Amino acid sequence: MAAAIADQAIQGVLLGGLYCMFALGLSLTVGVLRFVNIAHGDLIVLLSFLTLAVCTGLGIHPLLSLVLVVPLSCALFYALQRLLLQRVTGQNPLLVLLITFGIAIIIQNGLLQGFGADTRKLPGGALETATWQVAPGLYVGILPLLTLLTAIVMVWLLDLLLYRSRLGARIRAASDDVAAANLIGLPTPRIFAAAMAVVGATAAVAACFMGLQMNFDPASGPSRLLIAFEAVVLGGLGSLWGTLAGGIVLGVAQSIGGEFDAAWQAIAGHAAFLLIFLLRPQGFFPKY
Amino acid sequence: MLRSQSPRVVAGRAVLVAGMLMLAVAPWVFGLGTISVLTEFLTMLVLALMWNLLAGYADVVTVGQHAFVGIGAYAFYGFAALAQIRPPAAILLAGLVALALALPAMAIVFRLRAMYLAIGTWVVAELFMLVAGKLSAFGGGSGVSLPLPVLRALGARPAERFIVVYWLALVLAATAFFSTWLLLRSRVGIGLMAMRDNEEGAGAVGVDLVRARMLCFLWTAPFLGLAGAIATLQKLRISPAASFSIIDYTVFVIFNVVIGGVGSLEGPVLGTILFFVLREYLSDFGTWHLMLLGALSIAVILIEPRGLWGLIRRRLARDLVPVSHHGSRL
Repeated sequence: MAAAIADQAIQGVLLGGLYCMFALGLSLTVGVLRFVNIAHGDLIVLLSFLTLAVCTGLGIHPLLSLVLVVPLSCALFYALQRLLLQRVTGQNPLLVLLITFGIAIIIQNGLLQGFGADTRKLPGGALETATWQVAPGLYVGILPLLTLLTAIVMVWLLDLLLYRSRLGARIRAASDDVAAANLIGLPTPRIFAAAMAVVGATAAVAACFMGLQMNFDPASGPSRLLIAFEAVVLGGLGSLWGTLAGGIVLGVAQSIGGEFDAAWQAIAGHAAFLLIFLLRPQGFFPKY
Repeated sequence: MLRSQSPRVVAGRAVLVAGMLMLAVAPWVFGLGTISVLTEFLTMLVLALMWNLLAGYADVVTVGQHAFVGIGAYAFYGFAALAQIRPPAAILLAGLVALALALPAMAIVFRLRAMYLAIGTWVVAELFMLVAGKLSAFGGGSGVSLPLPVLRALGARPAERFIVVYWLALVLAATAFFSTWLLLRSRVGIGLMAMRDNEEGAGAVGVDLVRARMLCFLWTAPFLGLAGAIATLQKLRISPAASFSIIDYTVFVIFNVVIGGVGSLEGPVLGTILFFVLREYLSDFGTWHLMLLGALSIAVILIEPRGLWGLIRRRLARDLVPVSHHGSRL
C-alpha cells in the first residue's frame, strides 16, 4: 500500500512537470502583461495540432519539429499581442479577458472545423514506452522524467531572461510602470509583444510534450487553462518557481485521485486547489 | 423633463412595450414551435440580464454562470422527481438551493480579484459539474430523464405543458427584468454606477463596493437556478454535460451581452434577440456560427465596448429603460 502511494506520488510529481509547462506561459502573462489569457489552453492545443501537422508532413520526430514550431509560435503570439491585445491594454483589464474569451471560442471551433472532433496524439516512437527502473518494482517513464527536467530548465531560463538580461529589464520596466517606461523612450508596445513571443515559445514546448503524453482534441483547451491557472495561483502570482511548485502539487493531487477513476482525478485536482487557496490565498511564493 | 418628448426615445419605448405585450399574448397568437423558441429566448434573457448585472454594473466578470443553472436543474430534479414535491414548489426550492450554494462559492471566488475571479468561478463551476456526475441518484455521468408524473403535474397533454412552461419562463423573465431594474435604481445600483465612473470618489462618499458586489452575486444565483429548472422542464432531462453546459449558459450569454451592449438594460435584450435571429439562419453551420459570434464580440469590444446598444444610444436623448437618475434632474 505504502509503495503504491509512493509510486502515485512520484508519477504525480512527474505529471506536475507537464502542468508547470502549461502554466509557465500563463504565469508570465499574468506576472508581466498583467492579464489572464482565457485562450491560453486553446492556443496550446492549436500548437499541438500544428506540431502534429509538421511532424506528419515532414516525417520528423515531434521534438525535432520544435525547431520549426517554436519560431512560428513566437511570431503568432507576437502578432496577437501587437495587433489585437495591445489595442485594449491599459484600459479595463476585463476587456482583454473578454477578447481572449472570443479568441478561445474561435480557436476551438476553427480546430473542430479543420481537424474534426477525433482525439489525437503526437507520434513519440520509442520514447513513449521507454522506462527506467529506479528501484526494484519502481519504474519511471523516460518521457515524463524528460518533461519534468525540461520544465525545470525552462523555469531557470525564464528566470535568467527576466532578471539577468537586457530584454528582461525592459520587460519588467514596462510592466511595472508603462507611463515611466514610455517617458524614458522605451517602445512599450513592442516590449509587451516580445514578452508575449516568449510566452509563445513556452506554449510551443508545452504543446509538444502534452501531445506526446496525453490525448488532445479541439475541446481540450479549457481544461488545460484551468490547470495552468490553478498552478499559477497556487504558486503565487508572478513567481515562476512558485508555478513549478503549484504544478507539482496539482499533479500529485490528481495522480492520487486518479487511483479511483478519471472523474475523481479531475475532482481531486480542483478540490486540492480550492482547499490550498482558501488556506493560503496569496500562494506559495507571492511576488506581489 | 425637457427632452423626454424626443421622438426616437418615444418610438423606442413603444417598440419595447409592444414587444412585452406580444410576449403576454403569445400563447393565443403563435403555434407551439414558436412558443418553444420564445420560452428558450426568455430563459436566455434571464441569464443575459444576470451576467450583465455582474459584468456591466458590479465589475464582476464570471465565466462560471453555468454552475448555478446546472445546480438549479439538479435541485429541481431532486425535489420534483426524487422527493416528489409539486413542480411549482420544486422550481422555487431549486432557486433557493442555487442561492444557498452561491454562499460558499462566493466565499471562495471573492478572494480573487477581477480577472482571477473570472477563472475562479469557472473552476468552481467545473467542480460542481464533476460532483453532479458522481451523484448516482441523479443518473451519474450520463444523466436521467424527468419522470412522466412530474410532467403530468404540469398538464395532461404535451401542448398544455408547453404553454405552462412558457408562462413560467415569462414570469421569471419579467421578474428578473423589473427587479433588476429596481435594484439598479436603488441605493445599491447608484453606488455601483458611481463606482464605475470614479472608484476613489465613490469610496470617499461612503459607497461600500465589496458589499454591493456580494449582493449582486447573490442576487443572480436564484435567478440562474430558476432558469435552470425551467430549462430542464423544456429539455425534459438532466445530465452533467447538458445541464452545466458552458457553451449554452455562459459562452452564448457572454457573447449576447457583449454584442448587444454591456452596462445597460437594453443591451442584453437586444443581444439576446439578435442571437435568436442569427441562430435561425446560422445554426446549420455549427462551428461557423460560434466563430462568427466570437469574431463579432471581439470587433464590438474594439469598436464600442458598450456594444450595439452603445452605438444606438449615441443617437438617443436618453435611455429607453432609465437606470440612472439624471433624467429627473433636467
